[in-house]
Amino acid sequence: MTAVAAPAARTTPRRAQQPVIPPRRKISWGTANAITIAWTLFPIWWLIALSFKDPTTLTDGSFWPIKWSGANYAGIFHSSAFIRPLLNSIGIGLISTVISVILGTMAAYAIARLAFPGKTVLIGVSLMIAMFPAISLVNPLFNIERVIGLFNTWPGLIIPYLAFSLPLAIYTLSAFFREIPWDLEKAAKVDGASQRQIFTNVIAPLAAPGIATTSILVFMFCWNEFLFAISLTSTNAARTAPAAMGFFTGVSQFTFPIGSIAAAAVIITIPIVIFVMIFQRRIVAGLTSGAVKG
Amino acid sequence: MTASTQAPAAPVGLSRSERRKLSEGARAERRFGWLLCAPAVIVMALVAFYPIVYAFILSLQRYDLRFPSQTHWVGFANYGVVLSSGVWWHAFLVTVIIAVVSVAVELVLGMALAMLLHWTPLWRGLVRTSILLPYGIVTVAAAYSWQFAWTPGVGYLANLLPAGSAPLTSQAQSIGIIILAEIWKTTPFMTLLLLAGLALVPDELLRAAKVDGASSWQRFTQIMLPLMKPAILVALLFRTLDAFRIFDNIFILTKGNNGTGSVSILGYDNLFTALNLGIGSTISVLIFLAVAIIAFIFIRGFGTAAPGTSLERR
Repeated sequence: MTAVAAPAARTTPRRAQQPVIPPRRKISWGTANAITIAWTLFPIWWLIALSFKDPTTLTDGSFWPIKWSGANYAGIFHSSAFIRPLLNSIGIGLISTVISVILGTMAAYAIARLAFPGKTVLIGVSLMIAMFPAISLVNPLFNIERVIGLFNTWPGLIIPYLAFSLPLAIYTLSAFFREIPWDLEKAAKVDGASQRQIFTNVIAPLAAPGIATTSILVFMFCWNEFLFAISLTSTNAARTAPAAMGFFTGVSQFTFPIGSIAAAAVIITIPIVIFVMIFQRRIVAGLTSGAVKG
Repeated sequence: MTASTQAPAAPVGLSRSERRKLSEGARAERRFGWLLCAPAVIVMALVAFYPIVYAFILSLQRYDLRFPSQTHWVGFANYGVVLSSGVWWHAFLVTVIIAVVSVAVELVLGMALAMLLHWTPLWRGLVRTSILLPYGIVTVAAAYSWQFAWTPGVGYLANLLPAGSAPLTSQAQSIGIIILAEIWKTTPFMTLLLLAGLALVPDELLRAAKVDGASSWQRFTQIMLPLMKPAILVALLFRTLDAFRIFDNIFILTKGNNGTGSVSILGYDNLFTALNLGIGSTISVLIFLAVAIIAFIFIRGFGTAAPGTSLERR
């Protein structure tokens, strides 16, 4: 619905010309909005607060750092225990995103535009895979990767990520592709362009916004993934940031590295916050267009 | 998803004779279609289907990673072991409780937030950004936030409780916190799907009903809910299946201790703590079957609104 219309709209407030809202309604909507914003933000603020607390005041239970300090950040960036996993996360996330968006674009284009048998089955099957419980694949993949030597390597994580991000890419992209003005394709056909030329010269540029949105969603999926990341790795050679955080454990409650974990959590949240702020309309469109349209 | 039903409309645009003339072209188009889909299909088959089949094969063996030389076929004995064990059924019950409670709360909360986002006259962008944040944030990061908040002596939430209470060491309270973390993290997804459904409800219809004297409750139950049914079912399906495989939140919050483990946690522990590949795979297959059954029930419930059926056709 809004899939393609929305990104075209300006980010400037579109509702500027609407009638004046009576003050009482303003107060009630404002209150509801404020409660919503507080509910979504307070766990995030809590991490930020913890991460900036001076290590000596970490356990003061205060919602606001009494003694601000960058010591927790300095700590995690002084050892490779976090830097390496962070690089793994970025690398694995980017490679998986690029591959799955390329393969997904090809398949989604075919699904949206070409007539060929087996299309419905393909969509059904990819939906099924999107709903697979990851744990069901962990046992067999662990054994397979152990045998063929992919265990604890980048490809060892990239490959399972593709299986789960491809269905997401395929149906988000095919929803976007349906919104493209296909008359241009006909025009190109009349002018004698081949299917392949139409794909690369006409459709690909028009499809760019959908591809960008899908890339963000896929990257966010890979960035967030935890179960494969802890199961198919054993050292920081391939462990991603969330997985490494899961192993930042101490022997007891008192040695638990709260400050480091909070700082690491804030660091891995930053890219997400940036994506959400810049691409919020696109993300909403990408997440919903596929689901509601079909 | 509607591609299946909408896309064939394209060739229909051509006239019959044109189609016959293009039959060579149509065959090329078909080949090109398959060619474009092939890489994605191959990857999905290799990384999703083959392992499921392999999991089934492993589940028929006694396969302990500590004694790999003693591996042998045992038929369905592993299934007997798992299904007759209280541990499995306990984890299953915990999973069902978490899934049902969190999805039910999310449906109500998500509906409220969707209406807020749809109709709020102020700060729309700000509210949308803040609703998207929990969706995007890494589950592990959010789970740590909740864990620290409820850790006595560290967290502001634990400090609100009477002294001496440690909520993450009690089963009921831990499950409550797990559900809270799950709701916080995934309500945004529910909200967005419902919001998209809400956008299909014509404003004029609601206004007309209001003029005709329908109360806001009547407008909600008799206009909005029926029109939003497909969106609601899709949202419920996605979220239920997702909640059933809950892992990250539990792993961080309690590690499954004190009887808070879900079936996914149980499967993980059997592989990596007990090193029992045979039993672990049996649990994998059982979870897969449970998810398949839930999906099947939902899709039967969809009727004509199943994913793949376009709304226009209903």
